[in-house]
Amino acid sequence: MEDAGFIIGSYVLTFATVGLMAWRVLRSGRKLADQIPDEEKYWL
Amino acid sequence: MSTEPTRDPAATEPIRDPSSTEPVRDPAATHVTARPAGGPPGAWRIALLVASKDLRIEVHSRVLTNQVLPFAGVTMVIFAFALDADSVLQRVAPGLVWLATMFSLLVLVQRAFAVEAEDGALDAMRVAGVDARAIYLGKLLGLGVQLLVLEVVLLFAAVVLYSQTVPLEGVVLLVTTLISATCGLAAVGTLYGGLAAGFRGRETLLPLLTLPAVAPVLIGATRAVEAALGTAGAVVSDGWPWVGLLVVFAVAFGVGGSLAFGPLIDE
Amino acid sequence: MTTIDPARSTREGVHEQPARGGTGTRGTRILGIATIVAMGWLVAFGLGFSPADRDQQESVRILYVHVPTIWIAYLAFTVTAIASGLYLFTKKKSLGWDRLAGASAEVGTVFVAVTLVVGALWGRLTWGVFWQWDARLTTTALLFVTYVGYLAVRRLGGSHEQRARRSAVIGLIAVLEIPLVHWSVRLWRSLHQEATVLDTDGDIDMDGLMLFSLFVGVVAFSLLYAWLVLHRTRVMAMEDLMDDRGLDLALEARRSEGRRSERRTGTPDPRPAGDTIDKDGAR
Repeated sequence: MEDAGFIIGSYVLTFATVGLMAWRVLRSGRKLADQIPDEEKYWL
Repeated sequence: MSTEPTRDPAATEPIRDPSSTEPVRDPAATHVTARPAGGPPGAWRIALLVASKDLRIEVHSRVLTNQVLPFAGVTMVIFAFALDADSVLQRVAPGLVWLATMFSLLVLVQRAFAVEAEDGALDAMRVAGVDARAIYLGKLLGLGVQLLVLEVVLLFAAVVLYSQTVPLEGVVLLVTTLISATCGLAAVGTLYGGLAAGFRGRETLLPLLTLPAVAPVLIGATRAVEAALGTAGAVVSDGWPWVGLLVVFAVAFGVGGSLAFGPLIDE
Repeated sequence: MTTIDPARSTREGVHEQPARGGTGTRGTRILGIATIVAMGWLVAFGLGFSPADRDQQESVRILYVHVPTIWIAYLAFTVTAIASGLYLFTKKKSLGWDRLAGASAEVGTVFVAVTLVVGALWGRLTWGVFWQWDARLTTTALLFVTYVGYLAVRRLGGSHEQRARRSAVIGLIAVLEIPLVHWSVRLWRSLHQEATVLDTDGDIDMDGLMLFSLFVGVVAFSLLYAWLVLHRTRVMAMEDLMDDRGLDLALEARRSEGRRSERRTGTPDPRPAGDTIDKDGAR
């Protein structure tokens, strides 16, 4: 059924995209945090 | 944006230190006049000077006539290669005129700021304390005049190449459309030109910034010209709301641009 | 703008190890969990509990993700504009506002892209076509391109202050552009109302569970937006620090070069240590 495919596909696409964004921001956060001393991190 | 009083280049009073607080002694008068404040009179004169400088450069270099107008003409011709049928061309002619204008606008803006960038003239003017709004207005006027010439030529090309006719009752609408659309295009072009044009690695940004911003002009000007020419059953009265849109656009970007131009070029 | 002490780095080789981790704090962890829970509710209600629409049947379910994404995008761009204004018009000109503006715009732009694609899927089901040049779609497409331009301006190079000022101006101009574009496109499409099978600009009547599902969607994506922006701004702060550190190290290297050549030849190096060249090749 074409409908179900599109509907599920919309949810999958949306979550996959934001999930990718989330993963990338967390990964670059971890990578950079290893190189910056803690006193420079204003959120800690 | 500079807050120092603008120096009126045509004045004959002796050059003064702008930071000094002594009142100006007008040699011709017996009383002491207050320091001339920065404001409209000086700014307008500077704008006209900048505009006439740009136009004189154009007259000498003939870039508009030798390069940009032929480019616009070529685009009008190759539209016909892409859009095969005469009937289609006739129907979309007003749109094609404005499309060709948009592409030529990008070239004109690049040119307008390239002449400044070569000698760092913009920076020099700013360092000299020239009001950024006056520079903006001046570049806008210079660009606008060249755009108007371009648009008139394109209209003639459309008459010839796309079998357009200009009915008498549409002339006022046509002229008003040209002027109001041009003001808007020049406002946007000058603003983004200040940011993007004339710098290696930034020029390619100009189309991306400019074309979405001028979408309202493309829509409005095309509909208004369709009304003026009677394309597809449109009547002249259909066009005036679009002129209203064009005027609002021109005012909004003119004001916004004059405020934004200073911070944008002050680097 | 804080800088890393270059003397410390070069003397010790590697600076003292910072705590392992990243940009997370207790606050963002809570926010993250709330987001995931809300998204779970959204899937449950959107795909499960809510009923099919009378006219659109099941395809209405797409709207429970489609509508929130565009609303949050509008929120994101509004935040960008406000942060841009705060950067330009406050005395301190804190770069934190600039980073907020940039992070928010990035998230907003991605959300608009998702909106457009998911909307095309919805359109295929409801109208039979992936795309139409109606007022809403056209304006959304232009919205997307406008902010792609904003993000491009942020990448022009130069100092952080230059980036901040340029993009703040563009961010505010965009808030001027978008209503103008919207108004002109609406006027255009309303005058050229070609007969369409479905009124594309009409909103569907939602009530009860459907409205609740939409509400859950908005809440879920708002939480997600906050989480993403918080993390992204922290990452940008670190990226800026790395840029500064790179500059400091380059200056320090230059200075020690100068000292070495001075010791060798006995005359001071003529080139000043403060020479910097930005990405455009300009000084």
